[in-house]
Amino acid sequence: MLEVKNLKAHIDTTDGVVRAVDGVSFTIKPGETVGIVGESGSGKSVLAHSIMQLNPKPPTFYPQGEIIFEGKDLLQLQDKELRKIRGKEIAMIFQDPMSSLNPVFKIGDQLMEAILTHHHLPKSKAKQRAIELLTDVGIPDPEKRMNAYPHQFSGGMRQRVLIAIALACNPKILIADEPTTALDVTIQAQILELMKNIQEKYGTAIIIISHDLGVIAQMAEKVLVMYSGRIVEKGDVEDIFYRTSMPYTWSLLRSLPRIDSESRNRLLNIEGHPPNLIHPPSGCNFHPRCPFASEQCKMVDPELTKRSPEHYVACILSEMEFKEAKKRMENVEREGDLNHV
Amino acid sequence: MSEPLLEIRDLNMHFPLKQGVFQKTTNYVKAVNGVSFTLNKGETLGIVGESGCGKSTLARTIVGLLKPTSGDILFEGESILQYHSKELHQLRRDVQMVYQDPYTSLNPRMRAGDIIAAPLKAYNQRDHLRKRVLELMELVGLKADDYKKLPHQFSGGQRQRIGIARALALNPKLIILDEPVSALDVSVQAQVINLLEDLQEELGLTYLFIAHDLSVIRHISDRVGVMYLGKMMEMSDSESLYKNARHPYTNALLSAIPLPYPLKEKKRERIVLKGELPSPSNPPSGCVFHTRCPFATEFCKGNVPTLDENNEADHYVSCFYPMENKQEEFIRQ
Ligand SMILES: Nc1ncnc2c1ncn2[C@@H]1O[C@H](COP(=O)(O)OP(=O)(O)OP(=O)(O)O)[C@@H](O)[C@H]1O
Ligand SMILES: Nc1ncnc2c1ncn2[C@@H]1O[C@H](COP(=O)(O)OP(=O)(O)OP(=O)(O)O)[C@@H](O)[C@H]1O
Ligand code: SF4
Ligand code: SF4
Ligand SMILES: [Mg+2]
Ligand SMILES: [Mg+2]
Repeated sequence: MLEVKNLKAHIDTTDGVVRAVDGVSFTIKPGETVGIVGESGSGKSVLAHSIMQLNPKPPTFYPQGEIIFEGKDLLQLQDKELRKIRGKEIAMIFQDPMSSLNPVFKIGDQLMEAILTHHHLPKSKAKQRAIELLTDVGIPDPEKRMNAYPHQFSGGMRQRVLIAIALACNPKILIADEPTTALDVTIQAQILELMKNIQEKYGTAIIIISHDLGVIAQMAEKVLVMYSGRIVEKGDVEDIFYRTSMPYTWSLLRSLPRIDSESRNRLLNIEGHPPNLIHPPSGCNFHPRCPFASEQCKMVDPELTKRSPEHYVACILSEMEFKEAKKRMENVEREGDLNHV
Repeated sequence: MSEPLLEIRDLNMHFPLKQGVFQKTTNYVKAVNGVSFTLNKGETLGIVGESGCGKSTLARTIVGLLKPTSGDILFEGESILQYHSKELHQLRRDVQMVYQDPYTSLNPRMRAGDIIAAPLKAYNQRDHLRKRVLELMELVGLKADDYKKLPHQFSGGQRQRIGIARALALNPKLIILDEPVSALDVSVQAQVINLLEDLQEELGLTYLFIAHDLSVIRHISDRVGVMYLGKMMEMSDSESLYKNARHPYTNALLSAIPLPYPLKEKKRERIVLKGELPSPSNPPSGCVFHTRCPFATEFCKGNVPTLDENNEADHYVSCFYPMENKQEEFIRQ
């Protein structure tokens, strides 16, 4: 349904060109959930905004790639045609629910506007639909709440309203950029459940972006792991979490405090911090921080290559070599522990 | 032998809500509402809870930034609320704070070295000032040539290191860390957590560690307190809390965390709490959790449970009907 092919989205700045998205490919099928995970600055939002064509041009430009939606390349469409797709076919919800609602308009009016932009309906019908949507997203007392202003809602309720607005036209794809990052865990659980229910009811495909590996594990069927503008590993959710094959993904999982770890194992230290996207490192972008990096990694830029039908990895190490490298490292750690005692 | 460093006794911090032209006090926000606990030397106590439950207010009261409405705070056995300025001056050396936001808690126009030196200057420890600052920088993993850099030239994790070095400058006994890793990326968060653990071991520090992330809290804490609407809901050693959470709210929190295990996640039964957090200026009657508690009865609406209700050894629960927990079983499957 949606196919992103070798997409590059670069941003012109006074310091140079930021390679925010640098050669990304993936597809999403109807009703599927794709999770995009990566640390801040890895290009997740710029990628999401590219699909909606929301990145301001300039400074953003697309030196390469295609975004094919139902046979059309979104990068080639005129604004008028894009407006028909944006919101109607592909809708988006953002991290900060307050800044994406207009504070001076009533919730109900904002919702009805979303409905009326794409459908010619009498006002009474639109209002009825708006109330229906608020009910769908679990707003109690929806008729009364139509008249409320955004500031009268809590963070969780605002995110519900944004989901209602995104669903107004029954889109085929819903892009959720960190939809729960600003929320408390118990409210996050409600919103994630709501998104799943909506998907079941309407068959919406979902692209969910998060830096929280738990959220991705819970929601996604397919996962893309991003690092400095690129996909470094992609596959089924189980490939990513149980058959992790890329050192960056592996390191992320090992640096995560676990709620089930009794022993309070020391967390893996990934040295340094994510790279500068104006002058990315030579060779493999991850080499300055990779515990398994060799001289070769500074020169060779590994391509995303197929390991199994759905599992792709960007690393020069073969499966065997990676396994052995992990084993060596664990031995060193064990010795370290012994020295400590 | 565990020796108490900090004791909190029935602490209340109520902020007046003023309204109208005459700014009459119409109500109070009960940000901290009858909290008691003891923190032993060398220990880490984790405080966890959702936003607005009073964690930062608790921290600010302990470091003396707020004067509590009632209750007592004992540091090394002495009530700090009775302290005069000279003793307060000493207390402010012994108790340091590290803040959540490494972006706003540092003066953007000061060089990193000067930020770390500031508390030393304030306490007239000017001898070998530069040497001491460099020592501190090395301790937290900063390089000597970082001395001259301004905060914006550092990454988030490095800025948090500056904040930690500043807190360590005066050899404090207690460090209160208010969400010190919440704003950091996973990989950088791990670096800072490891650093805090190393420093504790090396310097024998005591931590009060505030966070909303239960996984981080489990990793770092010896004991854990769970707060909701200004009240302590459950408190015990970390092991027992996570294995045998007894308060319905703690269980709901544990069950809400998405775990990085996709197969388990698919099968998982969650306790999804209904509704929103009530306002702390108008907390529910009886047990403050009753509006969202799946096990609430009529009795819970009219009666206030206390933290020693159903207390089992060192595991305290503020609930009339504590649960036998199933979370751990689930997580271990
Ligand atoms: N308008 C802009 N001008 C210059 N650089 C930008 C702009 N927007 C984004 N960038 C840069 O592009 C890179 C990718 O940013 P992006 O917002 O996509 O990251 P992200 O993965 O969404 O991070 P986060 O988790 O923090 O939201 C970053 O290095 C960012 O600084
Ligand atoms: N100076 C103040 N005046 C009035 N109300 C206040 C003041 N400071 C805090 N509050 C209120 O007290 C309650 C507790 O706030 P506090 O900042 O302690 O919560 P928290 O647990 O630290 O939350 P977060 O996780 O969002 O940091 C909130 O309802 C807050 O609005
Ligand atoms: S290519 Fe080299 S540096 Fe990159 S992830 Fe693989 S081992 Fe690490
Ligand atoms: S006292 Fe009642 S309402 Fe409160 S947590 Fe226990 S069961 Fe729930
Ligand atoms: Mg983003
Ligand atoms: Mg706080």
